[in-house]
Amino acid sequence: MNIGNLFKIAVKALSNNKFRGFLTMLGIIIGVAAVITMLAIGQGSKRSIQAQISEMGSNMIMIHPGGERRGGVRLSPEDMESLKLGDLQDIQTQTSFVTYVSPAVNSAGQAIYGANNTPTTVYGVNRDYLEIRRYRVQDGEVFTEQDIRTAAKVCLVGKSVVDELFPEGQNPIGKVIRFGTIPLRIIGVLESKGYNSMGMDQDDLIIAPYTTVQKRMLAITHLQEIICSAVTEDYTEQAIEEISRILRDNHRLKDTDEDDFSIRSQQELSSMMTSTTDTMTVLLAVVAGISLLVGGIGIMNIMYVSVTERTREIGLRMSIGAKGRDILAQFLIESVLISVTGGLIGVVLGVGAALLVNLLASYPVFIQPWSVILSFAVCTVTGVFFGWYPAKKAAGLDPIEAIRYE
Amino acid sequence: MREIIRLEDICRDFIVGEETVHALRGVSFTISEGEFVTIMGSSGSGKSTLLNTLGCLDTPTSGEYWLDGISVRTMDKNRRATLRNRKIGFVFQSYNLLPKTTAVENVELPLMYNSSYSSSQRRQKAVSALEAVGLGDRLWHKSNQMSGGQMQRVAIARALVNDPAVILADEATGNLDTRTSFEVLVLFQKLHAEGRTIIFVTHNPEISRYSSRNITLRDGRVTGDVLNGNILDAAATLASIPVEED
Repeated sequence: MNIGNLFKIAVKALSNNKFRGFLTMLGIIIGVAAVITMLAIGQGSKRSIQAQISEMGSNMIMIHPGGERRGGVRLSPEDMESLKLGDLQDIQTQTSFVTYVSPAVNSAGQAIYGANNTPTTVYGVNRDYLEIRRYRVQDGEVFTEQDIRTAAKVCLVGKSVVDELFPEGQNPIGKVIRFGTIPLRIIGVLESKGYNSMGMDQDDLIIAPYTTVQKRMLAITHLQEIICSAVTEDYTEQAIEEISRILRDNHRLKDTDEDDFSIRSQQELSSMMTSTTDTMTVLLAVVAGISLLVGGIGIMNIMYVSVTERTREIGLRMSIGAKGRDILAQFLIESVLISVTGGLIGVVLGVGAALLVNLLASYPVFIQPWSVILSFAVCTVTGVFFGWYPAKKAAGLDPIEAIRYE
Repeated sequence: MREIIRLEDICRDFIVGEETVHALRGVSFTISEGEFVTIMGSSGSGKSTLLNTLGCLDTPTSGEYWLDGISVRTMDKNRRATLRNRKIGFVFQSYNLLPKTTAVENVELPLMYNSSYSSSQRRQKAVSALEAVGLGDRLWHKSNQMSGGQMQRVAIARALVNDPAVILADEATGNLDTRTSFEVLVLFQKLHAEGRTIIFVTHNPEISRYSSRNITLRDGRVTGDVLNGNILDAAATLASIPVEED
């Protein structure tokens, strides 16, 4: 018997019981739709967090001086002076996985222009900083290498600072503001980046040459922080290894010594944040998967009832020449048809529901092709798996008894 | 005449619990092409077991069975299924039509399990089989829209559609009223006249008067095997039955 005939027989048998077939399908439809929607929502939030982090610079690496024991006292990292300009230069020249390197020395204080003032932070950095943190200059220009050499009293300001200091909307370029006692001339305004995923205003800052902050504000020679960016996010690990080796070398640490610096990467942050949403996604998928399982059990149940109910039909088919495997195939095709049709409807509904969530609740969703393929594959397998046992039972019936079954 | 069925000392034992039940105790006979044989016996005589054996649904414990020259005894299930499909047409007491299915689709069913027929050939054979049983005007009626007599005629058409070597009828008139029974019997006589080989298993002695040969079974043995010299015409009997007014 060819498969085409079996297919016809199965379709015929299903169409004889449309409503029951539909109810059985409903389990699969809901299961598949739930899997797709849940995964889309989970992936959507993961993606949006990733995008926010990458906006902050996902390949960013931050080097801080590490706590060190001196005479049994562990010192606060801020008091450490282990990061030197030499470290910066060595990282610049000796690494292959690091693209941009910037020193960072910060000073918090009050910025004043005329009658207006606002508390903010000055970040003393070099030109690479803008690349690393993905800041773009909206108006004006960035300070030059010359400015850095001469510790020029120039700065770039963020949108929030501009709003506070120039409430009447004057052009801030060329204006001289005061930060504490130091006058700084605004040579550029940064493009707004808004708030980051942790609620920090990324526009509330002043960027100045690090030499200016070091010499004129803090009167220090060491660096509070070194910020780098790896070639790409994927090379963060290698970049960290390189940096760690250079710093240990420079600081003449013995193999047994602890690092006197600490390196953190945005990747860690991003993996921490995404692991939370990953857990959520897994949970959602598990719940959705269970509903798919329940749908499968529904198929099995109905197929069982169907086999019992159609015992005489099976007996007849056998007596007119159907082999056990023909009967097996017929019932398997029936259950696979139920699950595949249900799966297709479920895919459409799931995608629709995900888009609806996005549209109505403006919640970020992302439908991954693999989630569609996976849930569809799972429901086909479900059809075979849960259809197998009833089909096997049907195929094993004795035609003599089946034909006279009451 | 060509020999269609040859039974040689067929025994069939069933083990029920501790006991062995001897359903058939050495049955032997031959049936030639074109015979209309009734197999009679009360319940427990072994006629159902004999029918199952003849229909290749069951294999004997011992003895030999040749169907159209093919030895059945050593065949496995799948080969017997194919043999049934090609050589046997079954007619059951309770029709066993597929529900909600048209007459044509019901009749096509045996050919669905024979991949040498295309769908147009199937359709054509099914239609001509239905015409042969006088249902040419009811091809597209569904099984639940037909009377008992019509359903049994569809079942007979289904038994004819694969041009079987033998038609096996199991109490084919058992569920029908007298008049309809005779209508079906007329049909069987017509098929007999066309040269078909028919085996009709029944417990109703009256039917044996319309067949060409009568085998009687008792306690698993053949107790009588007589040719009917005076075959009654079912059509004449039918005509003599008054039509009941509702």
